[in-house]
Amino acid sequence: MGYYHGILLLVGIFITLTLSLNLINGFCGQFSLGHAGFWGAGAYASAVYSVFYALPLPAPVNMLIAIAVGFIAAAICGLIIGIPCLRLRGDYLAIATLGFGEIVRISIMNTEMVGGPRGFINIPHLANIWWVFAVAFVIALFMFNLKRSAFGRAIISIREDEIAAENMGVNLFNSKLFSFTIGAGIAGIAGALFAHTQQFLHPSNFNFMWSVIILVMVILGGQGSVTGSIIGAVILTIVPEALRYAGGTVAEWRMTIFPVLLIILMMAKPEGLFGAHEISFRKRSEG
Amino acid sequence: MTQNYSPLLSLENVTMKFGGLTAVNDVCLKVFPHDLVAVIGPNGAGKTTLFNTITGIYTPTTGRVKFSDHDLKNTKSSDITALGIARTFQNIRLFKNLTVLDNIKLAKHTRIHYGFWSGIMRTKRFKAEEKKIEAECIELLKLFGLETKKDFYAKNLAYGQQRKLEMARALATEPKLLLLDEPAAGMNPTETKELTELIHLIRDKFNIAIILIEHDMKLVMEIAEKIFVLDYGNLIAEGSAKEIQSNKRVIEAYLGAEVNL
Repeated sequence: MGYYHGILLLVGIFITLTLSLNLINGFCGQFSLGHAGFWGAGAYASAVYSVFYALPLPAPVNMLIAIAVGFIAAAICGLIIGIPCLRLRGDYLAIATLGFGEIVRISIMNTEMVGGPRGFINIPHLANIWWVFAVAFVIALFMFNLKRSAFGRAIISIREDEIAAENMGVNLFNSKLFSFTIGAGIAGIAGALFAHTQQFLHPSNFNFMWSVIILVMVILGGQGSVTGSIIGAVILTIVPEALRYAGGTVAEWRMTIFPVLLIILMMAKPEGLFGAHEISFRKRSEG
Repeated sequence: MTQNYSPLLSLENVTMKFGGLTAVNDVCLKVFPHDLVAVIGPNGAGKTTLFNTITGIYTPTTGRVKFSDHDLKNTKSSDITALGIARTFQNIRLFKNLTVLDNIKLAKHTRIHYGFWSGIMRTKRFKAEEKKIEAECIELLKLFGLETKKDFYAKNLAYGQQRKLEMARALATEPKLLLLDEPAAGMNPTETKELTELIHLIRDKFNIAIILIEHDMKLVMEIAEKIFVLDYGNLIAEGSAKEIQSNKRVIEAYLGAEVNL
């Protein structure tokens, strides 16, 4: 697997991840700090399936099953966190998801079956770059259409004003739980793709820092914008790598330069690159 | 006024306590279909709290709120909207970062008849339904003179227009009862006059009952067929504008009683 190929693969996986967090954070306005936990839960669950329990089926079918396993495992985790936390208003979800991310990582560390701290090896190579981008495309389409349907509108109204949303007949808890569970599940799909392209998983792949990076991708692109999420994911995956090639001092200082660039950007455009907008060729009149 | 048909909304001995504070105390009132009534009272009399108990934001400590035949106890705010009670807020609560049209479309939430997957797959049914809703919403915006602003963000509207949009949005939920919380707050006399006509028009066109909270007495006296007066959570008077204006307790509540020194 070449270097550029590897980067491109990560771009695709991060697009899916960012889109999934955008549903929770950007659309619904719920603050989740444990997205890497759902990603990890999906990755490990799907890998457990394909390593230990794989059915004698053609590889693409097994990959589809692995994706389903990843989705379900992460979505169940989402339900478990979401049901108690989403009933409350405020920052409880952020705290609970923060804890959840760590629980997942530490549980994996201590599970001998999946290699514990040595990492999970010998995962079959069931997916490739086409899988990754096909899934990213389907998820992007899903998000686009969701945004333009009544359910999407209801979810977005919760971000804007919970009390008014409820007064418009939106069931707050159900809508929040829906976006949280589906968002978690899609992160699980990204996990399945990650496992079956990298063929190796390590608990540190899913630590708190990655949750923050995914969150930064969402915020950079603009909370609530599907195209923004895609571009946020692309930029944040490519720029740190591109800085390696800037040569000399820049390459050495890239992990300092990169955050500074982010800070400058957030000062210049606090709503993110796109705000809640999509890239569109239609002209809008905005007063 | 004699009414021999059944009330649309009835509050039976509703009391709302917050710890030691009784915001609404043992209030009974009835509102009939097609009524246009006002709730007035000095600041802190419990008017908005009363609205909040009706719309399910608060559950009354004791007493019952009945809407048509439904007891609203343990009914979620969102389900109350589906039953047919809509409201506006004293401090405007629009979806500021959404367009005017999206604000109204959102209010159609409980009246939408397509499934989740229909929306995701963009089926014929989805498209037909969305088209129908959009047409209805634009019709509503026209009534409020906002159709040219439909692509504006709600936050970019002038204050008076935001108030109107909030009313339009409440109407879009297709209510049988509309609660207006200080619709004339911050409006100039011309806008208030326009609002008076608009409230009449809404009542007749949509054939709904309206309860409004208002401090602008000119507006209240002009349009309300019946007035309820609250003071420190107690319902101290009810009746026509004339009756209220000459009611001794109401005058005391607003201006204070004479004291013999």
